[in-house]
Amino acid sequence: MSNLKRVVSYIVLTLATIISVFPFLWMIVSATNKSVDVTKGKLLPGSHFVENFNNLIETVNLIPALMNSAKISITTTILSLLIASLAGYGFEIYKSKSKDIVFNILLISMMIPFAALMVPLFRLFGTISQTVPFFGIDTLTAAVLPSVTTAFLIFFFRQSTKMFPKDILEAGRIDGLSELGVFFRIYVPTMKTTYAAAAIITFMASWNNYLWPLVVLQSPENQTIPLLISNLGSSYSPDFGIIMTAIVIATLPAALIFFIMQKHFVAGMMGSVK
Amino acid sequence: MQTAKFIKNNRLKNVVIGWSFVIVATLMICLFYFYPMIQALIMSFQSGTGTNLTFNGFDNYLRLFQDPTFIAAVKNTVVYLIVQVPVMILLALFLSVLLNNPKLRFKGFFRTAIFLPCVTSLVAYSVIFKYLFGADGLINMMLLKVNLITEPIQWLTDPFWAKIAIIVAITWRWTGYNMIFYLSSLQNIDHSIYEAAKMDGASAFQQFFKITIPMLKPIILFTSITSTIGTLQLFDEVMNITQGGPGNSTITISQYIYNLSFKYTPDFGYAATVSYAIVIMIVIFSIIQFKVAGDKK
Repeated sequence: MSNLKRVVSYIVLTLATIISVFPFLWMIVSATNKSVDVTKGKLLPGSHFVENFNNLIETVNLIPALMNSAKISITTTILSLLIASLAGYGFEIYKSKSKDIVFNILLISMMIPFAALMVPLFRLFGTISQTVPFFGIDTLTAAVLPSVTTAFLIFFFRQSTKMFPKDILEAGRIDGLSELGVFFRIYVPTMKTTYAAAAIITFMASWNNYLWPLVVLQSPENQTIPLLISNLGSSYSPDFGIIMTAIVIATLPAALIFFIMQKHFVAGMMGSVK
Repeated sequence: MQTAKFIKNNRLKNVVIGWSFVIVATLMICLFYFYPMIQALIMSFQSGTGTNLTFNGFDNYLRLFQDPTFIAAVKNTVVYLIVQVPVMILLALFLSVLLNNPKLRFKGFFRTAIFLPCVTSLVAYSVIFKYLFGADGLINMMLLKVNLITEPIQWLTDPFWAKIAIIVAITWRWTGYNMIFYLSSLQNIDHSIYEAAKMDGASAFQQFFKITIPMLKPIILFTSITSTIGTLQLFDEVMNITQGGPGNSTITISQYIYNLSFKYTPDFGYAATVSYAIVIMIVIFSIIQFKVAGDKK
């Protein structure tokens, strides 16, 4: 590689890095400053984080919103992984022509935009509200249910199952395990990395989901973190210190999970397009 | 006889077990995707406020073509699509080629830094960008300081600049995501191909267009289809950065559906018609992209 090319590469990549990282740094720095300093364009960290945090808790329902988001995301992740891995395993291990047809029909659902489903889903949950209150509009259950099963995750588990050594399943059956026993005792433990990747993707998507919660969760006590941030962001006289503190707190769980399991995440994304 | 019966029973048992593994997922997808989809199709031929809907034939579909807000939303969405998707894909390709250089140092650092925007939630980054692009926001402040502009740009209140702001925001969020896909495919290309091309006197540009792009074609197709579908569904950013304004100059189809259903007097029937417009657009654009990718063989 010629020297000039190398220098240009480093300059371009450094520029891309600065542009990518800058909004993050600004958000973190702003969370430690007073609103006035943020508007003045102060780019150095201050000492007002605790003050901003206290103000935030006093003005909005931060902790309940975090709890709602956690409840929704954890439930969605657990149910998603269970349902999708059972299906991905089932489609691959008990392969048949009719199952392949069903699988291909399920894949079509990936092309359907959520905006097209929003209104009918809202009406569906409206109807449910009248009979089973726990499942209806403005319940956390309603926020969870439509996003629990995605064709993408079933596809993802089916692809990974293709690489799974099937001889051990036979060994398990001979040792007297039931079909479900084989699944839970042999398949689940050996597929840990696949489950980890699926968990990151699902948790992050659920934690950051905005449109459906915006539609279905109406009362303030059911607010999730993205709804809270959106409301803070649309206020007429924004307190930048408070808003940035809220955004930092909202971004932290997803970012932490991502960095802890970064390797699995990249591997997981790769597995999905192979 | 006995064994034949046993095998038959066993096969039946296997069929039942096989289906029981996939039944929950299948029912859930039917209930939360296909059933609403059919519902939306029926509703798109109905009209009325709230839940009081009556059939009115193709009126909703005729209304689409005379609806200035719908036309604005389609125009904006197409602008986002034809400007943002190619720019982002080229940028991601370019960065991944730079990062794929075996002699480059600090690769891991650059890769993680450029991927970082993907960790943020769409709402959180939208709010950050809204303030960065404010009339007295940081971007204007910096541009003024380095004398690139003499007066602040009205990023969010000028129809042209508001679109640019949205495009910059989406590009920031998704370039790193696409880059990771290209990078992993580039790592599967044997480096000796490039060495051979270099020996034959191919320039860096020729190598890029004659080797890299053709080798990555399937993955470019994949990312351009997912980006197209993503752009056609754009909602969070526009809702939180500009609210669709000024004067519908940044409104998207998804946001219009939201407004029709939950912001204005609810008109679920017409909202369903507009939502079918997105479905049709997704199908058309996907077919075009498959065709374009196929013809270049």
